[in-house]
Amino acid sequence: MSAVLLFLVIVFSAIRPDAFPSLANAQNVVMDAAALLVMAVGMTYVMIAAGIDLSVGSVLVFAGVCSAKVMGAMGADNWGTVLAGLVVALAAGLAWGLFNGLCITKLRVPALITTLGTLGAALGAANLVTHGNDVRTVPLTLIEFGVGGPLGLSWIVWVAIAVAIVGGLVLARTRFGRHTYIIGSNAEAGRRAGINVDNHLLKLYGLSGLLAGLAGWLSLARFATTTIAGHSTDVLAVITGVVLGGTSLFGGFGTVGGTVIGILIPTALSNGFIIVNVEPFWQEVATGFILIAAVYVDQIKRRARERA
Amino acid sequence: MSTLLEASGIVKRYGHVTALQGADFSANAGEVVALIGDNGAGKSTLVKVLSGVVAPDEGTIQIKGNPVTLGSPLGARAFGIETVFQDLSLAPDLGPAENAFVGRELIKPGLLGWFGVLDSAKMRRQAADAFMSMGTNLMTLLDEPVATMSGGQRQSVAICRSIMWASEVLFLDEPTAALGVVQTRNVLDLVRRVADRGVAVVLISHNMQQVLEVANRIEVLRLGRRVAQFNAAGTNIEQLVGAMTGALDRSAA
Ligand SMILES: Nc1ncnc2c1ncn2[C@@H]1O[C@H](COP(=O)(O)OP(=O)(O)OP(=O)(O)O)[C@@H](O)[C@H]1O
Ligand SMILES: [Mg+2]
Repeated sequence: MSAVLLFLVIVFSAIRPDAFPSLANAQNVVMDAAALLVMAVGMTYVMIAAGIDLSVGSVLVFAGVCSAKVMGAMGADNWGTVLAGLVVALAAGLAWGLFNGLCITKLRVPALITTLGTLGAALGAANLVTHGNDVRTVPLTLIEFGVGGPLGLSWIVWVAIAVAIVGGLVLARTRFGRHTYIIGSNAEAGRRAGINVDNHLLKLYGLSGLLAGLAGWLSLARFATTTIAGHSTDVLAVITGVVLGGTSLFGGFGTVGGTVIGILIPTALSNGFIIVNVEPFWQEVATGFILIAAVYVDQIKRRARERA
Repeated sequence: MSTLLEASGIVKRYGHVTALQGADFSANAGEVVALIGDNGAGKSTLVKVLSGVVAPDEGTIQIKGNPVTLGSPLGARAFGIETVFQDLSLAPDLGPAENAFVGRELIKPGLLGWFGVLDSAKMRRQAADAFMSMGTNLMTLLDEPVATMSGGQRQSVAICRSIMWASEVLFLDEPTAALGVVQTRNVLDLVRRVADRGVAVVLISHNMQQVLEVANRIEVLRLGRRVAQFNAAGTNIEQLVGAMTGALDRSAA
């Protein structure tokens, strides 16, 4: 997949050598990727456990709306308000995530349907709270946090990097991560070995919601507003990135490292299309087909292995 | 020999199917007991009940004379019960060493352990030692996903895993079904060795010759009930087949 990313970079650089391969544009790409990456880390866990979470984009919006409302109500433009906004965003995301997890594990509603339902519900709830208008009560302290940072990268990007590093280490090195792989590989085997599968899945969906909440807060820092209408295809980009990163749709394997590379592909594509003056909607068309192709390849790999 | 595990009157219903209708079973420390019966007789269901995977609808289970409720696989494990299930119950995407420690992962000491960091090197070493001592050829495959292995190799992984952990009772549900001649021999020798260290080994098999060769006792299940018990010595294949199919029912009753 690194090769695909490299290919995209070379093609776009060849077409627009003046604009694409610049430091400023690279900063743009990683900035675009940051919030997606935060959600993709959660999605990696969920998909390795053979689940799916379609609700992340809507949960991001809902968490952002709650956070902006609370920060607006608090009024004071300082770190106290900003951190309160963070707590609210995380709590709102976690609540949706746990709701997903409970429906999936206790009511046995398939994850696809549960999270499709909350995809609609969370966005609807966000619109109810705001009467459909974006909330702009984002403190300057938070906006400034999103502007600067070490090594020319925004703090938003650093937060995403930290989430990826911690998420990657926990997945690869800890018992929690190992149980995630076992459940995705053969949940019944996990159950028979004494793993509380439902409890673990509940935690994973909670984690996915929590990270979507964090992404909502990061998104406020970036855009200074709630961008309610701007996240309808986030879940497409996130799942595409995770699958391109080598995580199987059928569970059992995948890495956060792969997801980091994978998530840069739809982001670079979207950035590149804008720079070479292709209508940006083409990015969604392309990403959609890339997702289908990536899952097709995953299927083939799986069948080849099962035949072996 | 003392009675280690004793089940009586076990009933298990699946909807309108009654898989076990008052089954009895016993296993003694240090012996190999074969559990035989036709397809669908309820052998696997009984094993699941006695490994805590399936809760019985009725019946009692005693371990060393004390009535117990297994409740869950963890409960059974706490009593030293390990099982090779008929479907093997392996995580296909993980390697044999990782599978050997599913649900009982070793954690690093100290602060890292507090975060739940795995001690992968130690698990790998212990698994390799166990595989080696059991005479398998899995050492070269330690990092291969189980899914890429042959059916026999997978069966070896599941058998080694359960032998590693069994301290009281070991259930083997058709453990040699996919094994070649040499591996089958090897597993039967292993089974004997495990019994010799005082474990009650329960072997399910459709191979009557194998059963007579390795088992001390034989219990026969038919239509969810125990219909006969034999000492292996002095029993022949005709008697076993008769008990399994019901031809002996009149004389046994
Ligand atoms: N999960 C289940 N749901 C419904 N019926 C079941 C289930 N498990 C077992 N049964 C039924 O219970 C009966 C006993 O099945 P079991 O698997 O215990 O037989 P077995 O003696 O192990 O057979 P085999 O030699 O083929 O492995 C069968 O009629 C089977 O259809
Ligand atoms: Mg069976």
